[in-house]
Amino acid sequence: MTRPAAAPLTRMLLAQTRSELLMRWRVPAFSVTNLALPIVFFIFFGLPVAHLRRADGVSIGAYLLASFGAYAVGNVMVYGFGIGVANERGMKIDRLMRASPLPPLVFMLAKVLTALVFALIALILLIGFGAIAGGIHQTPAVWATVVARLLAGSLPFIALGFAIGYWSGPHAAPAIANLIYLPLSFASGLFVPINQLPAFVQTLAPYLPSYHYAQLAWSALGAGSESLGASLLWLAAYTALFLTLAVRAYRREERAKFG
Amino acid sequence: MADNLGAMTTVVELRGARKRFGEIEALKGVDLTIGPGELVAMLGPNGAGKTTSISLMLGLRRPTGGQARLFGLDPADRRARSRCGVMLQESGTTGVLTVREIVDLFRAYYASPLPTAAAITMAGLDTRADARASTLSGGERQRLYFALAVCGDPEALFLDEPTVGMDVEARRAVLDGIRALSAAGKTIVLTTHYLEEADQLASRIVVIDRGVVIADATPREIKSRIPSKRISFSAETSVGDVTFRGLPVQNLEVSDHRVRLLSNQPELVLKALFERGVAVRDLEVTGADLEEAFLSLTSRP
Repeated sequence: MTRPAAAPLTRMLLAQTRSELLMRWRVPAFSVTNLALPIVFFIFFGLPVAHLRRADGVSIGAYLLASFGAYAVGNVMVYGFGIGVANERGMKIDRLMRASPLPPLVFMLAKVLTALVFALIALILLIGFGAIAGGIHQTPAVWATVVARLLAGSLPFIALGFAIGYWSGPHAAPAIANLIYLPLSFASGLFVPINQLPAFVQTLAPYLPSYHYAQLAWSALGAGSESLGASLLWLAAYTALFLTLAVRAYRREERAKFG
Repeated sequence: MADNLGAMTTVVELRGARKRFGEIEALKGVDLTIGPGELVAMLGPNGAGKTTSISLMLGLRRPTGGQARLFGLDPADRRARSRCGVMLQESGTTGVLTVREIVDLFRAYYASPLPTAAAITMAGLDTRADARASTLSGGERQRLYFALAVCGDPEALFLDEPTVGMDVEARRAVLDGIRALSAAGKTIVLTTHYLEEADQLASRIVVIDRGVVIADATPREIKSRIPSKRISFSAETSVGDVTFRGLPVQNLEVSDHRVRLLSNQPELVLKALFERGVAVRDLEVTGADLEEAFLSLTSRP
């Protein structure tokens, strides 16, 4: 009898993703902040002005739903990977995984798939809430574009999450993720439209990753202020920057732990 | 057991393996070959280099000199890893999944795993199968790691201090499990600092101390090299080191006429003492505490 040398990668990926989904679902620190926080913020910042329209005729409710959608997906990525990776390093889960036949790439891919599923759920809940509580409606095609662009464009935040996860310890990671991501979102005009932000923040915003990320969603509503190509270029540059930071920290850890 | 990687004569091969951590050389050139079906215990005090050896065998660490092969491959090769189950010290697992869920997950990493329930039973965790890992006691957690090591039905098992933190019953269950796996033809490498455990289980004991293999033999041979009896008595005449000159004694302690020593040949020692005119009172000859006796092998002045 010949035994196959190794288990099929697809089976590993499915099992790993299922477990990651369960794990994330069972940790309220993740599931609640991932799914409920964007809605809570939208209730405070979005609902009161949801019925208004911008000068260009775009519904402010829809504009802010797109903004909070961008916040929500980035939130899933930065917190999920930042705190998740830092925790697993703290618990030394990486050592056992390293000795197992599971390839590291499959391990990472399962995390990315899990994060995408959570991001999708967060967007559906947010848009659904906007429709029911705020009477905010766009055609399904418009929302589908917003969702698809936000999911596909989330790469820089995955990279940022990994960078935070590898640079910080399990205790510092939540604070660091908050200190980076909340101000970043605010200054990029995700909570309050940019033209209502302080002047110096308005100057700063066009250089921030969240600003260009949100443009993907805003432009789907016809409210963008730069071309899709420009947004993608900015996001690619930030992905490269964050990935470089993440890979550096990862390599440092590799040398110390598995060298 | 057939495999599709060609004829394989060795499972583990360390060739002049060295490992340096900064200023400390944890392994100073270890040669070790382990063949299929062997049950090898790596024995040594804490910090001797047992865990480092296992880490090199599994590719968790890279040797700074020499080389390590696993099933004839680079130890980090997935084809080699797929044939191994491991239980490590200083490793963790998620707390929010249940025992059954984690075992199920690890089964997916292997080509032809055991049924989940079988792995859980082998680890003696049936009653805790639906408990989340975070609620397990230290010993139960160790048993979960044992279940994870065996669930893939791998050809080789690497168990670093498998019974640490376990109560007597759990320890016995796991040792029985290891014996059964060995009887089924698995190659097993385990580390322990209990001579008794190595003696009960292994057909081969590798004693490692300060990064060097100081003995590699059957349990019987190892035991013949360490003192197996403790002799204690009160001397009516004054005794000193000179009294015992040339005799096979170790760990000699003399305090206030009370003499305690270890020896492999208690009859010979006592005969010599009588001939040397030592008057002996309250004589006791007992089996030596193996741990203490073992230390006499590994501790050098």
